[in-house]
Formats: sequence, structure tokens, C-alpha cells
Amino acid sequence: MVRLWLHLKQVLLKERFSRFPILPGGIVFIFIFLAIFGESLAPYLPNEMNLRERFLPPFWQEGGTMGHPLGTDMLGRDMLSRIMAGARVSFIVAVLALTLGGLTGTVLGIISGYYGGKVDAILMRSADATLAFPIILLAMLLAIILGPSLQNVVISLGLVLWARYARVIRGEVLGFKERDFIALARVAGSSDFRIMFRHLFPNIRSTLVVLLTLQVGWVIIVEASLSFVGAGIPGPDPVWGSMISKGRDYVTMAWWIPFFPGVAVSVVCLSFNTLGDWLREALDPKLRQVIGGG
Amino acid sequence: MRRYIVIRLLQTVVTLFILSMVIFGLVRLSGDPALLMLPETATEEDYRYMRAQLGLDKPIYVQYGIFITNALRGDFGRSIRTRRPVVESIRETLPNSMKLVGVSLFITIILGFPLGIIAAAKKDTYADTFARVIAGLGQSLPTFWVGLMMIQIFVVLLGVLPASGMGSWRHYLMPSACLGIFVMAGVVRLLRSSMLEVLDSEYIRMARIKGVSERVIVWKHALRNSLLSVLSFGGMYIAIMITGAILIETVFAWPGFGRLAYASIVNQDFPLIQGIVLTSGAVVMVTNLITDILYAYLDPRIRYRL
Repeated sequence: MVRLWLHLKQVLLKERFSRFPILPGGIVFIFIFLAIFGESLAPYLPNEMNLRERFLPPFWQEGGTMGHPLGTDMLGRDMLSRIMAGARVSFIVAVLALTLGGLTGTVLGIISGYYGGKVDAILMRSADATLAFPIILLAMLLAIILGPSLQNVVISLGLVLWARYARVIRGEVLGFKERDFIALARVAGSSDFRIMFRHLFPNIRSTLVVLLTLQVGWVIIVEASLSFVGAGIPGPDPVWGSMISKGRDYVTMAWWIPFFPGVAVSVVCLSFNTLGDWLREALDPKLRQVIGGG
Repeated sequence: MRRYIVIRLLQTVVTLFILSMVIFGLVRLSGDPALLMLPETATEEDYRYMRAQLGLDKPIYVQYGIFITNALRGDFGRSIRTRRPVVESIRETLPNSMKLVGVSLFITIILGFPLGIIAAAKKDTYADTFARVIAGLGQSLPTFWVGLMMIQIFVVLLGVLPASGMGSWRHYLMPSACLGIFVMAGVVRLLRSSMLEVLDSEYIRMARIKGVSERVIVWKHALRNSLLSVLSFGGMYIAIMITGAILIETVFAWPGFGRLAYASIVNQDFPLIQGIVLTSGAVVMVTNLITDILYAYLDPRIRYRL
């Protein structure tokens, strides 16, 4: 544990880490903080309705008050509180989906790259087929058959994520496979399993970290899109995508209802992407596979 | 080359069958497929009829057989809401979507390619930063929200563009801009990084030593190889476009395939979404096939590696 920290400190103090993007980093921190503590910090309960205070505009417009700085929605619920609380859902979805997809994808990618041959061919073909399919449709299908739920969203996202991770990790493994230290390990009699997880894995760790960071933004946007079309997470608890969707009907008279949740999504996503880009530059500038086509 | 085409064709067919089996399986997962296919107002008799139609009393492979033969004949059942054959709804809306996607692709290529190329050729200049900012924004902003805000600005505040529907060229502006820019972001990044990689390679350095002008190097040699890179992601881009189309058509009430998909969720219209998913799957697979074959034609090394 101490070793890990010392190693981390050594890595972080290097030159290339000097241009740490503070603003995006700060926003990411706030996002995670809100996701965990948001609900208790919010000035109002996110679901607290107040029908006498519906459609209050943001405080800088006429009719707005500082009591509801970002206004209220069609049921009189405070926008600021809802946005703060909405961070939680996005965060949970991101964590679950990335864990599921990332773990599966990494393991399969290592196996695929290491063993090559038929296993590799089948896995990569499946990955390509999965990537080429619009996940929004799969999520919609699941939403109709099984009803919209958190698990459906996580499953749909995980299905796409595994394919991305598998492809990139496999590429990295292919690069390392022919290196001397692997051959030496084999000569020393290490089992395949040991080689894969004791030798290969530590070298692809940085790739994994970059990928994870870059994908968070994507996950958040996709989750918002799914919620927007009604294939996302249901329930009274605020979800940024659904807030935009429900606010759509009122956009002409209360533009702030769909506006602020969208800003939240954009800002968080942009921050994660910037952070991920910085990480990529710092950890492995040669990493060109991680370009993210959306 | 022919061998490659045949093998890819077979793979496509196999994958399509697998997709159909996945859908078939998912439906059976839900409990009662007959219930899924019927509206809430269905009677006991309707229910029995549907069970017979789907062959629910028969062994599972017979059910799948019925499902597949119907699908191949173009019979995806009837929409729960409109009672019309799903195939008809799809046939009506698909061309509208294709028109939108066509215009959007045009925007993507016209704007995206130059941006990506210039960003790579003039790395670390203002042009590069500009391109990267645009690309970053394109990938971070949710399209449907941008579309909504565009409606707010251009329709409500300024009143210059129509809010929804399909009609004049004006109707195309906002939806295709949204969709095009969204996809363009990905293209710019991809093109830029693959160009950067190519521009660093030995044969390019050789060309420079030989004295070939930078312009020829960038626009002729480097570009050709980078395009291949972009092409290989073709399948993924179609998926992104379909996703984008669903969102944008919903926001702008464009009478296309995507909006049909949205309607199917709102109405819990299972036969419709089933038809849509299968059709999309087919479109994606075929696009993949075409791009792969094109890629193999342009890069002979691929043909021998499967």
C-alpha cells in the first residue's frame, strides 16, 4: 500500500504531469462529491413539490428569487437541488457500467490478445458486431420488454463497453506479447494465467485508466440520451436526461427546465473528456487507439 | 479477393441470424410473448389467436422457424397502435431518415475532413486547437439538448426557422446541423490522430527528403492512408448516426425511422420495435460488409488476414 503511494507520488511529480487541468479536475471532483453527498447538501428535497411556486425563473430574471437560484420546474421543485441530486444516478450508472463492461472487456481482451488464433478471431468479430449496433435500440428493446430500469441501462451500456475495452486492451497485449520479459517468464515456467495477470496486466494499467476516464463522459451522455427517449432510468428521483425530456414540453415558457440539466451533463462530460485527454498525454502519448469515436 | 467477399458475406448472414436469435430469446425472456404483441384492450379470443400465430404451444425451434420465415417474408407483425403492418411503417419512414442522414453526412464530410486534416498538418497551432475544441464540444454536448436549445433560439426567439417536420430546405437546417456536427467531432479526432501517425512514418519522411512538397505529402500521401483508418470505423459511425437520428428526429419531429422508434417506446409497441431493431441490424451489417470490402480493395494486406 505504501509502495503504491510512493510509486504514485513519483509518477505524479514527473514533468509531464505538470499541466494538470485544474478546472476540469475540480469539476470532476465536485461531481463525485455531489454524487455521494449531494442529497444532504441540497437546499431543498429534490422531490419536494410546491405548487404555488411553479415555473419560477432563475434568480437573475424577473420573478426569480435567490431562494431558488436556478428556478423551479413544473411541479415547483427546486432546480438546483434536483440537479445536485441527479449527479448520483449518473455516477452510479457510470460506475456500474464501467465496472461491468471494463472488467469483462479487459479480461476478454487480454485472453484474446494473448492466445490469438480462433479465440481471438471470434472474440474480435463479436466485438465488432457489438460495436456496430446502436445501443440505444437495444436499450429501447429492453425497456419495452422488461420495463425501464437501472439494470437495463447498465446491461446495455456494459454490452457496448466490453467491446471497446476488449479491442483496445487486445491491441496493447499484442504489442507486449513479443517482448522479452514475457518470453523470459515463459521460459521460467510461468503458467499462462500468471503471465497474463502478473506481467501483462501491470503494463496495460495506464491504458485502462485513460480508457476509463474517457468513457465516463460517454456513459453519462448515453444514459442521458436513453432517459430522454424513455428507455432510461425511471422514477421520481431526478435523472438529468429525464429532466430534459420532461422539460421539453415547457421549453418555450420555462427554458431553464431543460436548460440546466443539459448544462450539467455537458460540463461533467467535457471535464471527464479533458481529464482523460490529459491523462492520455501524460501516461502514454503513443496511445492512438483510444480516440473514441463517440 | 473473391474469397474474402464470400467469407465476409457468410459472416454477415451468420451475425444477422444471431441478432434475430438474441431478439427472439429476449422476447421469450419477458414471460409471455403473446401479451407483448397485443394491446391492452385485447380480448381472450385475440389472445388465443396470437398464441396460435406465434406457435407458442409448439417446441421452441418451431417457434423460431415461424419467426424467421415471417421475417424473411417481410412480415414483422402489426403495430399495436396503428394496427398496420410494421413493414409498411418502416417503408414509409426509412427514406425520410435516409435523406436526413445524407445531408448530415454531407455536412460531416465537408466540415470534418478539412478540419481533421488541417489540425494534423498544422499541429499545435491555433487551427489545431480550434479543431480540437470543436471536436471536444461535439463529443461532450448531448445532441438532443443542443437541438432543443437551437429550437429555442432560432424558432422561438428569432423566428427564422420552422420548429418541426419535414418540408422545405429550411426544415433540414437544424436537424442536419445537429446530427452532422455530432458525428463530425468523432471524424475530426479520428482523422487527426491517424494523420499524425502517418505523417510520422518512414515513407513520408522519405518523401520529404526526396523533396516532395508538403502540400502533396499531406493531401496525397498521408490523406489516402488516413482515410482507410476512418473507413474501417465505418460500421461504428453508422451506429452513431442511427442513434443520433433517433434523438434528433424525436426533438425535431422529423417523420423518420428514428421517430418511429421513439413512438414505439411511448406506446409500448413491441412488434414495431422488433421490426426496427431487425431492420437496423440489417442496415448496420450491410454497411459493415460494404466498408470492409471497400477497405480490403484499397488495402490488399487485409484480404489475407481474417
